[in-house]
Amino acid sequence: MPRFDSVPAVRERLHDVNYLADEGIAGVVYLADRLQKPILVEGPAGTGKTQLAKSIAEITGARLIRLQCYEGLDESKALFEWNYKKQLLRIQAERNSVDWREVEDDIFSEEFLLTRPLLEAIRAEDPVVLLIDEVDRVEVETEALLLEILSDYQVSIPELGTIVATQIPLVFLTSNNTRELSEALKRRCLYLHVDYPDLEREKEIVLTKVEGVSENLADQIARIVRSIRSLDLKKAPSVSETLDWARTLVLLGIDSIDEKLATETLHILLKYQSDIQKAQKELSVDGARS
Amino acid sequence: MLDLMAGFVQELRKAGIPVSLTENLDAMEAVQHIPIEDREAFKFALAATMVKNAAHWKAFETVFEVYFSYRGHQYLLTEGGDEEAEVDLLVQELEEMARQHREGGGLEDLTPEELAKLVEEAILNADDAMMRALSRVAVMRFAGMEPGRPVGGTYYLYRTLRGLKMNDVVDRLMEDVRQQRSGNLTSLEERLEREEFEFRADQLRKEIEAEIRRRLVADRGVDAMAKTLRKPLPEDVDFMHASREEMGQLRHALAPLTRKLAVRLARKRRHGRKGPLDFRNTVRHSLSYGGVPAEPKFRYPRPAKPEIFVVADISGSVAAFARFTLQLVYAISNQFSKVRAFVFIDGVDEVTRLFEGEEDINRAVNRVNTEADVIWVDGHSDYGHAFESFWERYGKEIGPKTTVLLLGDARNNYHASQSWVVKEIANRGRHVYWLNPEPGSYWNTGDSIIGEYAAHCDGVYECRNLRQLEKFVEILE
Repeated sequence: MPRFDSVPAVRERLHDVNYLADEGIAGVVYLADRLQKPILVEGPAGTGKTQLAKSIAEITGARLIRLQCYEGLDESKALFEWNYKKQLLRIQAERNSVDWREVEDDIFSEEFLLTRPLLEAIRAEDPVVLLIDEVDRVEVETEALLLEILSDYQVSIPELGTIVATQIPLVFLTSNNTRELSEALKRRCLYLHVDYPDLEREKEIVLTKVEGVSENLADQIARIVRSIRSLDLKKAPSVSETLDWARTLVLLGIDSIDEKLATETLHILLKYQSDIQKAQKELSVDGARS
Repeated sequence: MLDLMAGFVQELRKAGIPVSLTENLDAMEAVQHIPIEDREAFKFALAATMVKNAAHWKAFETVFEVYFSYRGHQYLLTEGGDEEAEVDLLVQELEEMARQHREGGGLEDLTPEELAKLVEEAILNADDAMMRALSRVAVMRFAGMEPGRPVGGTYYLYRTLRGLKMNDVVDRLMEDVRQQRSGNLTSLEERLEREEFEFRADQLRKEIEAEIRRRLVADRGVDAMAKTLRKPLPEDVDFMHASREEMGQLRHALAPLTRKLAVRLARKRRHGRKGPLDFRNTVRHSLSYGGVPAEPKFRYPRPAKPEIFVVADISGSVAAFARFTLQLVYAISNQFSKVRAFVFIDGVDEVTRLFEGEEDINRAVNRVNTEADVIWVDGHSDYGHAFESFWERYGKEIGPKTTVLLLGDARNNYHASQSWVVKEIANRGRHVYWLNPEPGSYWNTGDSIIGEYAAHCDGVYECRNLRQLEKFVEILE
């Protein structure tokens, strides 16, 4: 059963939970729902990729199941694991009474299965949103673990057989693009590139997310951030950093930014010393040049 | 529709974007869920199903524009109704204005000055519809397009922009703003205003470009236009002929690749070879099996950290490549603790220190170009002498852990090759690889003596674009 009626509906409902989606984001979410395909969300850090999954979970009233990826993630952490200790206990308890076949059947039953996020999402009876975060951190080989789930929404456990999803969850995969993902993975997903928002949208984000910010200040903030992003920096300011900056300025009771203030509070936007120096120089010198 | 989609996918493939069969099917299914009148949503639906790499977006957009944006009923997509009507209305209004201005005149009678003034106003007020209307009028007016004339779109673009005096429009606007505020502009405000204007002017430029493209498509047909507009994808851009913009893109794409390269070069062989039993660890793990050492643990040999020597040619013949190699070296040295960088033309010099602690890549490259002492006689490549002096000065420091990466085109100006040096390096070091920026078919022609060196290298690879560099990284495994 589709969750959304139309693309604008997705947008509106996301707006209700303070997530400002642009045309592309809403469109892809709508399609993913209709085509029952996972979404691969790529883009620079801090542009609201994870937040998108959270917001979708919120508006659809679904439970969010999150799998944080890291190097060395394996089957037993992502899919399922047998509860060895419990199995051992079971064997010990029945040491000499029953016959072995029965015990064997017994210890490989669901009772001894520890579900990990992926299996949990598949087995859930209630609506869920599955978020596989920073999938670019796992090795290429580990990616293969995900393929069965992504294309068929099922998990095969050798001892138990195949578990098929009772309902198709919405699946989000996020990636910071530190490495190229495999073709097999990409082919199974819809692709969404989330970039830094444009001026208008960033301003709106600041206005909705930060309390007590004036229209004028939000406009200035968005403009200065755009200006800083156009520099060649190690790490451009993300949306979350823009919001931090806006909150700080509001706390300081400021309603108009001048040059001095901008350079003094730059360290909230930028995290590298060299970037800060560069931006300071640019903001104060470059304007005077023209 | 089916035909149109098939042609579209064909063109995407020709442009180098890999579209698999399943993705094609997905796209077909996706467009059924999207109301066809909504152009933006339609575009994103196609992109989401067929383009799985952000770097390919631009190429996709171009193809999409050519295939879907031009008006005509044979292409089923209609333009978003209201906006378009508004633009049409504005065009009519402009005509009306011109007529009032001069009895019985039409659009042609608006002087260029008047048009330029209108453009200024549109930019100042951020009036999108007006900008679109103006771009349409301007193209009609200035581009002088003639059907069937075999000139590229850039020529028309240039003429239109010149007609509208777009080159200094931002300066003029800034002047106005300054006068309005009577000089009370802080430098920050000024910078922000200027950027805003530049941004809008850029939008107008894009609008004009799109308008010209639409007209060209109408004139020449979709397939011909798609072909002329085709550009290489970022990973296929030749290092030697990259434009400045492309160079910037390359640099961004390089970062993840060097990380990968660094990992591969440093690959520690941990798996497979087991060392002696680790008694403590085994006992610790036996606790979960009730004291039975069911899971023996071993000590793994800890391989020593590898060293990397990068030796790069920075002479004129490979100037563009050299800039790239230096960026590569810089990126590698950020990943690795033990990287030493050397550059040569006919002399050789170590530049490791120039990269150390330097945050800004451009400054580092500049310092290499100005400070490194690489000229021995005349500043023409002499691999033989450079290698010889490299061996004399640094050869002793190459050990069994060292991987040597040689970068250059091996065009030696008919000097002696001294290839014994490469042989010695190969004997002492762990690996020697050579990356050559020339196409493979040019190797060993003229003064290229790559073959003589290749005999002693573990591998020689053509490396002219990111794709090839990536392949080299894959091969290393």
